[in-house]
Amino acid sequence: MFEAIAFYLFAFLTISMFYIAVTTSQALYALSALAAGMIFISAFFFILGADFLGAVQIVVYSGAVMALYAFGMMFFDTTREIKEKQGNKAIVLGLSILSAILVGAIVAAPIVGNNIEALYPMVEGAGNTQEVGMVLFTKYLVPFEVAAVMLLVAMIAGIVLAGKKMDLSLTLMSEAEILMMKEEDKNKKALS
Amino acid sequence: METAYLIETVIKIVVILLIFSALAGIGTYFERKVLAFMQRRLGPVNVGPFGLLQVAADGIKLFTKEDIVPTNVVARIFKIAPVITAATAFMAAAAIPFLPSFTLFGYEVHPIVADINIGILYILGIMGVGLYGPLLGGMASANKFSLLSAARGAAVFISYEVVTGLSILAPIMMVGSLSLIDFNEYQAGGFTTWIVWSQPVAFILFWMAAFAETGRTPFHLIANDHEIIDGFGTEYSGMRWGLFFIGEYANMFFISFVISILFLGGYGDGSFLGALGLLGKVAFFFFFFLWTRAAWPDVRPDQLMWLCWKVLMPIAMINIVITAIVMM
Repeated sequence: MFEAIAFYLFAFLTISMFYIAVTTSQALYALSALAAGMIFISAFFFILGADFLGAVQIVVYSGAVMALYAFGMMFFDTTREIKEKQGNKAIVLGLSILSAILVGAIVAAPIVGNNIEALYPMVEGAGNTQEVGMVLFTKYLVPFEVAAVMLLVAMIAGIVLAGKKMDLSLTLMSEAEILMMKEEDKNKKALS
Repeated sequence: METAYLIETVIKIVVILLIFSALAGIGTYFERKVLAFMQRRLGPVNVGPFGLLQVAADGIKLFTKEDIVPTNVVARIFKIAPVITAATAFMAAAAIPFLPSFTLFGYEVHPIVADINIGILYILGIMGVGLYGPLLGGMASANKFSLLSAARGAAVFISYEVVTGLSILAPIMMVGSLSLIDFNEYQAGGFTTWIVWSQPVAFILFWMAAFAETGRTPFHLIANDHEIIDGFGTEYSGMRWGLFFIGEYANMFFISFVISILFLGGYGDGSFLGALGLLGKVAFFFFFFLWTRAAWPDVRPDQLMWLCWKVLMPIAMINIVITAIVMM
């Protein structure tokens, strides 16, 4: 009974949080509601006994939404309301209905197909974390490695993009050197 | 059975809440006295014997002070931010075994609210969420200094999560479990089996990161008094400000518990002496927080980032690799 109460409580909370995130025009409300919704989702993992996934959900998404806050801070005054551009309403409506149907189809597909088989049954005596590890390093080893390589590529790309002129430090240069650098820049612009 | 379990859990939660919110108040008294001792002052002396009732006086002041919500702030977020700090601090306590299990009136009590098998991950995750309090409070305040503080909060959060996670990975590999109780049992053999002897580097790294996670002095950039007034707390008054304080002090106590259990043997074999030992270790770590505050200046934000990404993170990675090689 307690499980049912917890499920309906957190279902209500999650849906209302994401509703706020979509409908509000106040950036802080939207971001905070998004973070709260992501954290409330972890409750479902805990109810289902997947403790490890629940904790990872909290750790990963609280960090990810924190990065969104940083962007919010950079791009606008978060204490003011934002005027949203209302595009073509027919297109918005059509796309929303289409995506709703798509989500419904994805969720219903295994129920219709009716061929869910547990290929990797629970191992007796192994904990939650070990179970995830076993599946990850046997059945899903290749996708796991591919994801790792993709993250590595993204990281190197980030360093390359952010790292231009990183070896130059204006505070360590003398006044004359800075002036010389400015002159060079001017010459380059004049040439091009 | 289920009802009994529910009642037991609720009682445990209430006891932990009461004890640690009281301790947070007494913690401020200790902090003043210890700082005063180290700076050759007297600290609070006037209210009650040795100034002990200063805590009550502060409490009355905080509760009766006018609750001001300034104009131009994002009111709802502004109001909820201190609650997030205090609530997440106590939520993290759910997975900490405070004492060994003991028998009370013939009923065996486990002083842990929820013995989940991923305790450490849960505690670190929830403590990380606690930094949303300063962040939201700062961003909602419509004050430049608060906004700066929020930006620093986000930076500290994103970087020092990495150090805590990586530093703790090596001990986890040795123990093979994420449960704090398993950690305690791994070190139950006594003084020589403590993880701090086999993982001194991880211990130091985790300890340093704990200062960043709780926002204590060498890394007190989120609310740095001499640069940004009081950071995220500038616009707050009364009990809302007090909630930030309770959250910070509760976090200090809880992280002291976590360090003692992870690296210093916890409550050992579960005897009375072991329990006393755990409380002693916690008291030492709490005292160390105050000691550092008296002895060290704050670092600059760029130094904080430099320390995190160029020193602590590489050391943590090397530590993991070496541990893995030795274990193989």
